Amino acid sequence: MSLTEIESGAVDAGLEPKQEIAGKSPWLLAMRRLRQDKASMISLAVIILLVLAALLAPLISKWTGHPFDIGDRRFGLDRDGLPYGPSGRHWFGTDSLGRDVFIRTLYGARVSLLVGVVATAIATVAGVIVGLLSGYYGGPIDTVLARFIDVVLSFPYLIFAIALVAILGPSLWVTILVIAFFNWAAMARIVRGQTLSLKEKEYVEAARSLGGSDGRIMFVEIMPNVLAPVIVLASLMIPIAIVFEATLSYVGLGIVPPTASWGNMLSDALRTYQVAWWTLVVPAGFLLITTVAFNLLGDGVRDALDPRTERIFAMKRKKDRKAVEKQEADARA
Amino acid sequence: MTDTDMTSAEAGRQDDDVLVRVENVVKHFPIKQGIVFKSEVARVHAVDGVSLEVRRGETLGLVGETGCGKSTLARCITGLHPVTSGRITFDGQDITNLPRARMRPFRRDIQMIFQDPYGSLNPRRRVGSIIGDPFAIHGVADGAERKRKVQELMELVGLKPEHYNRFPAEFSGGQRQRIGVARALALRPKLIVCDEPVSALDVSIQAQIINLLEDLQDELGLTYVFIAHDLSVVRHVSDRVAVMYLGRIAEIAEGPDLYGSPRHPYTNALLSAGSIADPEVSAKRERIILVGDVPSPINPPKGCRFHPRCPKAEERCAEEEPALVPRLGDPAGHDAACHFPVEANEHLGHKLGAVEPSSEPTS
Repeated sequence: MSLTEIESGAVDAGLEPKQEIAGKSPWLLAMRRLRQDKASMISLAVIILLVLAALLAPLISKWTGHPFDIGDRRFGLDRDGLPYGPSGRHWFGTDSLGRDVFIRTLYGARVSLLVGVVATAIATVAGVIVGLLSGYYGGPIDTVLARFIDVVLSFPYLIFAIALVAILGPSLWVTILVIAFFNWAAMARIVRGQTLSLKEKEYVEAARSLGGSDGRIMFVEIMPNVLAPVIVLASLMIPIAIVFEATLSYVGLGIVPPTASWGNMLSDALRTYQVAWWTLVVPAGFLLITTVAFNLLGDGVRDALDPRTERIFAMKRKKDRKAVEKQEADARA
Repeated sequence: MTDTDMTSAEAGRQDDDVLVRVENVVKHFPIKQGIVFKSEVARVHAVDGVSLEVRRGETLGLVGETGCGKSTLARCITGLHPVTSGRITFDGQDITNLPRARMRPFRRDIQMIFQDPYGSLNPRRRVGSIIGDPFAIHGVADGAERKRKVQELMELVGLKPEHYNRFPAEFSGGQRQRIGVARALALRPKLIVCDEPVSALDVSIQAQIINLLEDLQDELGLTYVFIAHDLSVVRHVSDRVAVMYLGRIAEIAEGPDLYGSPRHPYTNALLSAGSIADPEVSAKRERIILVGDVPSPINPPKGCRFHPRCPKAEERCAEEEPALVPRLGDPAGHDAACHFPVEANEHLGHKLGAVEPSSEPTS
C-alpha cells in the first residue's frame, strides 16, 4: 500500500475497525508491583487512616465535645491540678491545661501532614525545575545553580532555621517554607545528575533535530524519565519534613500554641510526663508511627519503580504460591 | 556579516542538482578541565575539513571506522552540532550555525534516523505521541487529525496502527527502528540522514529496514545520507560512497567506481576486510591487514592522516597533505586523497594462508 493511495483515500487504511491496543505504562507496572508489597500496603493503610482522622478532626472534636484549645473545666484536671489519665471520657487522658490529648493529637496530625506534604511538594517542584535547568543548560547556569545547591546543603540547617524563624516570626507558613528551603536542594542535586546523563540520550537528540524547544525537551522528554527517583525521594522527604516540623515546634519556633502540633505537645509534655506519661507517649507514638509508615511506603515505592526488582517480586510470588500449595497439601494429609 | 551576500552569490553558482553542499567543514570538540574555571586543554578533531555534495534523490554512503567523524559530520549537516568553521548549504541556502528560530523551517526538510533503536525512543512515552512529535512541534496537526496522520505513517512503515498506544519497550528492535523511520518521515523531509540505521539490528531485520528505506525513497523522492561501517550494506544502498578516515575524506566516488578501482590504500584495506559468503573465494582472496590502531583524533598525524598505518607510505606522506582530486586518470567525481594511489592489480597485502597475520612484521 502506498502513501499516496492512503492519502487519496483510494485504499482503506484499515484504521477504524481494529480495536486499539493500549500498552502497559511503566507507572501501571510499578503500581502493580507495589500492591504485592505487604509492608507498603499496611503503611499505606495507616497513612490513609491518619489522613482521614486529620480531615475529620473537627467533626470528632464536635462529637466528643472536647475542643482542642480549651481545657475541660470539670473533668480536665483533678483537685491537685494534675491531668487525668486515659478514661472513657478522655481516651488518651488530658494535658497540663486539662485539654483532651486524643483530640489534640488528631489536630496535630493535620499540621504534621499538611506541613509534610506541602513542604515536600514545594521542595519537589523547586528541586525538579532547578535540577532540570542546571543539568540541561550546563555551562555558567549550571555553575551558578550547582554551587548554590552546594551552599544550601552545607548550611547547619537547624541553626539557620532558628535564626530565620526568629526574624520572620513563627507561623505555619514560615515553617513550611523553611522546611521546603532545606529540602529542595537534595532534590535538585538528584534531578541535575539524572538530567546530565539523560540529555545525552538519542531521543533528546531526536527531539532537538525535530526542532523541539528547550522547554519541551526538558519537560516532555527528560522529566518523565527522572520522575522515578523524584517520587522515591519525595516519599522519603515527607517523614523528614514531619520530624523537622516537630523539632521546630518543640523548640517553640514552629507551630505556636494553642494550635496543636506533635512538636509543641511534646514540648508541653516535658512539664508533666513524670506524673502523666500519656502526654509524652501519645504524640511521640503518633509521630513514630507516621514516620515509619511513610518510610516503609517510600522504600516500597523505590523497589516498585526499579525494574531490576521485578525478579525479586517474581521470586516472592513463586514462594508465596509454593507456601499456599504446601498448606493445601498439609490440609489434605 | 557578509554571510547573506555570500549566500546569494553562491546560490547563483550552485546547480539545482545539489541538495546539500558541505564546504570545508571543521568540527572540533574542546576538552575542558576545572570545576569552576574551565580551561581548554585539548581539542578532539572530529571533523577536519570535509567538503562534499549530496545530490537530489541520491543516496550518499558514508563509511569509515568507529570514531572517524562520520556521525559528527551527520550531526553537523542536521544542525545538531554547530560547526567550528566551514559552510553548509541546503537547497542553495546557507544553514551554517543558524540560530534556533531561523533553523526551524529547515528542520522540516532535514530529518535523521538514529543508530540505536533503543536509545532513540523515549521509554516513558507512547509510540503514538513519539511519532506525533513532529506534528506537535511544528503545529501541523492536532487531535484526531494528528492521530490519523500518525496511524497512516505507522501503516506506511509496516507497523500496526492499533499499536498506537503502546510503549517502545513492547516492540522489537526492527519495529522500533520502523518507529524511528516513521517519525523522520512525518514532515515529508527532503533529506534524511541515516546514522547507522541498521548496525544495531539482526542481519535478517537489516534487510527489511533497508528495503523499507529504498521503497520510501522511490515513492517519496527522498535524498539519503547513509552512514554505516558495513561496506556491503553501503554498497547495496548507495549511489555514491565517501570513505572517511580521522575526520577527513579519503576517497569519494560513484559506488561501482569505488568498489571496482579503489585508489586510496585505506579504501583497499576496508574493502579487503569485508566478509565474503563463499569460503572458497574467501580463502583465496588477498587481505590487507592494517597495523596498529587509529591514531587519536586529539592529536592527528601530520601530512596524510593515514600514513602511520599505510603500507605504501613514504616520506612525502608524513609531510605533505594529499589533495582530494581525481587520480590516475579517474573520471571526475572519483576523488582520492593519496600521493601514491593504488593501481589496478597492485598487491598491498598477502594472500590469506600464505602468511600468518600474527607473524606479520610491524613496519
